[in-house]
Amino acid sequence: MAELRALVAVKRVIDFAVKIRVKPDRTGVVTDGVKHSMNPFCEIAVEEAVRLKEKKLVKEIIAVSCGPAQCQETIRTALAMGADRGIHVEVPAAEADRLGPLQVARVLAKLAEKEKVDLVLLGKQAIDDDCNQTGQMTAGFLDWPQGTFASQVTLEGDKVKVEREIDGGLETLRLKLPAVVTADLRLNEPRYATLPNIMGAGPKASASGNGSADVAPMEAGCRRLGQGQPCEPWPPVCRKPRRRRLR
Amino acid sequence: MEGMVMRPLRGGALLRRNFLTCLSSWKAPPRIPRSSQSEALLNIANNGLPYAPLQTFTEEEMMLKRTVERFAQEQIAPLVLTMDENSKVEKSVIQGLFQHGLMGIEIDTIYGGTGASFFSSVLAIEELAKVDASVALFCDLQNTLINTLIMKHGTEEQKATYLTKLATEEIGSFCLSEAGAGSDSFSLKTRADKKGDYFVINGSKMWISHAEYAGLFLVMANVDPTRGYKGITCFLVDRGTEGLHIGKPENKLGLRASCTCPLTFDNVKVPEANVLGQIGHGYKYAIGMLNKGRVGIAAQMLGLAQGCFDYTIPYIKERVQFGTRLFDFQGLQHQVAHVATQLEAARLLTYNAARLAEAGRPFIKEASMAKYYASEIAGRTTSKCIDWMGGAGYVKAYPVEKYFRDAKIGTIYEGTSNIQLNTIAKHIDAEY
Repeated sequence: MAELRALVAVKRVIDFAVKIRVKPDRTGVVTDGVKHSMNPFCEIAVEEAVRLKEKKLVKEIIAVSCGPAQCQETIRTALAMGADRGIHVEVPAAEADRLGPLQVARVLAKLAEKEKVDLVLLGKQAIDDDCNQTGQMTAGFLDWPQGTFASQVTLEGDKVKVEREIDGGLETLRLKLPAVVTADLRLNEPRYATLPNIMGAGPKASASGNGSADVAPMEAGCRRLGQGQPCEPWPPVCRKPRRRRLR
Repeated sequence: MEGMVMRPLRGGALLRRNFLTCLSSWKAPPRIPRSSQSEALLNIANNGLPYAPLQTFTEEEMMLKRTVERFAQEQIAPLVLTMDENSKVEKSVIQGLFQHGLMGIEIDTIYGGTGASFFSSVLAIEELAKVDASVALFCDLQNTLINTLIMKHGTEEQKATYLTKLATEEIGSFCLSEAGAGSDSFSLKTRADKKGDYFVINGSKMWISHAEYAGLFLVMANVDPTRGYKGITCFLVDRGTEGLHIGKPENKLGLRASCTCPLTFDNVKVPEANVLGQIGHGYKYAIGMLNKGRVGIAAQMLGLAQGCFDYTIPYIKERVQFGTRLFDFQGLQHQVAHVATQLEAARLLTYNAARLAEAGRPFIKEASMAKYYASEIAGRTTSKCIDWMGGAGYVKAYPVEKYFRDAKIGTIYEGTSNIQLNTIAKHIDAEY
């Protein structure tokens, strides 16, 4: 059928089940030695791309991740789920802190043009920063139509029908391809990478590139001002011991 | 999630009892934050050192571990309580194991298996055991006993017939023990008499795991009792074979979801082509394959202990008595540290034995040590966890008591602790 190509952006974030600890100097959260995994919404985006490929509507899926070397893990997971190729935009660990939606969107826009893809799929937001901006900014840079918070995606010829979850309920859009779609929770239930796929993910091609060669993502980096204390869990667990009168 | 509960006391005074957020009923298991440590990937660069710590895995092993962990948490954990109560494993769990390639981890891809390493099996068994030791047993027996036997000793025809089925849909059952032959397994009385070009098996077996679900039975029978154990031969018997009777499952203390049945062989005809390996060499195969089986059981016990420990620590960090968190009492901290150290030691013993086996180096002593130690400390860890949980550890509403019951079998099956100690001593004797 259609010879569509999809680009799926995946982000490596701290695993949702991990207890977050703030760094002692309050400049951020502890990430060293902490369990990371693929952002759950990105998993949903990859799953959607793989389902489209299984329906033979998409020919090739390229998974891309921006960040330090460990992002290769995340790309490999995407490959094990069914993506065909992986691109790792390497960002040195020191600068990775300042990598925000604006920079990632620039990178994705450039890649989408370079790889000549028809569909860019992302998760609606990342669970570490909850920005909910990357997809929208990418569409802005590319000047492509966008369907965000998608709970259903249907490819119809040269258009994509996106059913979005909005405050008032559901909204259906028909976007002309190429387009950007961000996945919401109820879009699908991501598959587990089966063991044979995991074994086969190794040999799959994965290219690494230095992002700053053709894009300068760091120019508009923001400086984080500080990190507050996380809220104490409810109910309060400590009670002051009663004072005893000594006789 | 439990909320605040008010309970009237004598004299009308109200007693507020805080139900801890982490102690929700495990029918809907909460997302308890586990240890935040991530295992480092095997990195040849590894700071310039060629010797990586034992807890380093290849990328595939790491991904496999993560996937099994998720699968266990999401698909198996909600069903654990019902499976234990009904003494029956859910079909969806078994199907899930097959679908994810967990029943054919070491089987070659040409037969439809996963083609991964022995260490991957160990990791998978450990992750499954963290959630349910019975499910881990399915994975363990299939991979370390059944598949290994057929891969090592099967003819091409037997491999082609059975390996694909074992990897995709069929459970295998290993039949060695009898009522009169437990630790002394070579004194088994089941006979296989040769009649023309087939064998007729007569006898009975006991304590056979998964007999209720298995499609293939690997039966150890003696073709020539006058030769003693040198007559023991391994036969491949299909489930529907006439004369094979599967008895009622035992009502067990632990591992209840994994059924254990007695079997009776009443003139069961097995063609000569279904002899696995050579006639009279069955005892060698049994010994050889039980070595790897030991590492598998060590992994199961390790995962069980770790899962129990992981559940208990958040509890004692949250529960407050005498105005202090339980975890802040030094006496308790010492107990926790003691148990954690033993767990770590068991893990290193198990991983090392697995890596030795992979490397093709002698590993029998290390495997025995791993199984012995892991099963012993699993019992101790789960017992301690019940102590730390207090009353909550004693009731079936929380999973800790199930870990305690499941751990008991570890010191008994696949070689009792005493047998393991004998084996270790034998090797030490040979070394000096």
